[in-house]
Amino acid sequence: MELFLQQVFNGIMLGSTYAIVALGLTMVYGILHVPNFAHGQMYMLGAYVCFFLMTIFGFAYWPALAASAIVLALGGVVLEFLVFKPVRNAPGINPFIAALGALIILENAVVVLWGPEGHRIPNPYPGIIDAFGITMSTQRLLVIGVAFGLIILLQLFIKKTTLGSSIEAVAQNKEGATLVGINVNRVSALTFAISTGLAAVAACMVAPIFMISPSMGMMVGMKAFVIVILGGMGSIPGAILGGIILGLIEAIGGGYFSAAYKDVFGFGALVLILAIKPTGLFGKEIKGR
Amino acid sequence: MMKWLKANWFYLVVLVIALVVPLIITNRYYAQVITMSLLFAIGALSLNLIMGFTGQASLAHGGFFAIGAYGVAILTYTLGWNFWLALPAAALLAAFVGLVVGLPALRTRGAYFAITTMCLGEIIYLVAGNWMELTGGHNGIVGIPVPSPISIPGLGQLTFLSQIPQYYLVLFFLMLTLFVMYRLTKSLRGMTFLATAINEDLAEAVGINTFRTKLLSFVVANFFAGLAGGIYASLIGSISPSVASIGMTFNFIMYILLGGITTLAGPIIGAFIIPILLEYLQFLQDFQMILFGFLLIVVIIYFPTGFMGLYTKVRDKIKKSKVGA
Repeated sequence: MELFLQQVFNGIMLGSTYAIVALGLTMVYGILHVPNFAHGQMYMLGAYVCFFLMTIFGFAYWPALAASAIVLALGGVVLEFLVFKPVRNAPGINPFIAALGALIILENAVVVLWGPEGHRIPNPYPGIIDAFGITMSTQRLLVIGVAFGLIILLQLFIKKTTLGSSIEAVAQNKEGATLVGINVNRVSALTFAISTGLAAVAACMVAPIFMISPSMGMMVGMKAFVIVILGGMGSIPGAILGGIILGLIEAIGGGYFSAAYKDVFGFGALVLILAIKPTGLFGKEIKGR
Repeated sequence: MMKWLKANWFYLVVLVIALVVPLIITNRYYAQVITMSLLFAIGALSLNLIMGFTGQASLAHGGFFAIGAYGVAILTYTLGWNFWLALPAAALLAAFVGLVVGLPALRTRGAYFAITTMCLGEIIYLVAGNWMELTGGHNGIVGIPVPSPISIPGLGQLTFLSQIPQYYLVLFFLMLTLFVMYRLTKSLRGMTFLATAINEDLAEAVGINTFRTKLLSFVVANFFAGLAGGIYASLIGSISPSVASIGMTFNFIMYILLGGITTLAGPIIGAFIIPILLEYLQFLQDFQMILFGFLLIVVIIYFPTGFMGLYTKVRDKIKKSKVGA
């Protein structure tokens, strides 16, 4: 029972970070219909920015996290402008390939600049809390808290503010949104900024727990895609629930069966779910391609 | 005959050049690069069938390449099979896995299919890296024998120990792949592939069973991916899980995009130009991949049809100016 609870706790911790990364990805897909393959690499960059601010410039943890989110938000805008805007109206797989190009550049740029080896961000909250027979490190609890806080804030932003509503409007109907005077370009840039900013926060939150390395983005990016598809592309509640589900599948599969194959469980679950419901758990019918 | 010659002289010249290449290029290193280019051209052509002609972006191609590679490695090295039995078996295994996973995966569309296949590729990669008893884990399998010799009555034995017969072996399989792809895409069935790629709903509406069409294309593509992987394992002599990595799939995508997607020549041109370009760009070291990323983005924005698209455009312009004059 204790092992089970421990795995559930770990699963929720993992899942809540997955959820924020996937949220950004699903928003970008909802607006631009672009599968941003470089999303995981933006996440990785977020962790690196945080690391360098803390070790070289002597930032404290929270200011470094905030600065990293801002830097990556700006980075997201640049990425959208340089890579995705030119292929916005291109057919089929073209935007997808452009994203692949961005992925290759970002990952290799980090390898060239700072080497392929891993780094560790000093843990700001090394404390441990014991409750109900399970061990919870403060940092892990904090990850869950921040993730849920961010999710609530994002919901409030989208539902309660005009700027946020404009994102939803563009996602629902681009032409309609343009007609009522919404600047689609600006909304796209804003969505990208939020998306990559969120990824950076998630990366900075888990960086003290895991190692950071140039290849860390690839796996997280893939998992974010799995989640987005589990929940249905463009669906925000789907991304949150999908994130938690994947986190739990991995933690429980890894804890009870085999740690080496824990990622196989997650990917396998996706293939299985899509076999039963090809548009994802919360997905609507997809038109054309 | 003359008419046929006139229409096809260019291809004949290419064929003759391909046949005499080993006599001209004697540098062992370059010969190896060229043989590998031919081999990757087989993989690129097969990806082009599903991604270009059928419009389904399969990101598990590296995985199926690896199934062929591990298949041949395990059958010949571990079980001691003859290469000529192991190769078709491994390719069939890749095709069979393609059939089994294609049944659920091909129900999805567009980006969903891309992600599903990416996950499948990742599963293959993880299994290859962790199933110690079968695949040797992250160390892979070392010491895979070269293709078994063929005895030709009256002529003695044809061995594949040196580079020149290896080159012709790969060239033979490339020609075979090209022939199958040519016959397939130029047939009525090939038209249904294209129709599915261009508009799946419309294709369905005119009576094409798009699911079966996609499944056939996927299975054939994976068969040839496995074939290429099998030859690769035998010629290189050692494999590791990296052959299943998504990086392998990216390479194939790069070849067909830069060469020209949905053409038969494009993937071969891409598989040739890029590795040779890479050799010349060795001095850039780590910056090489960054440059490639840029190239990929620039090509997809400005020349989405790749080299072949550019070539057709230029040719049409010349033709037009001739007609005008």
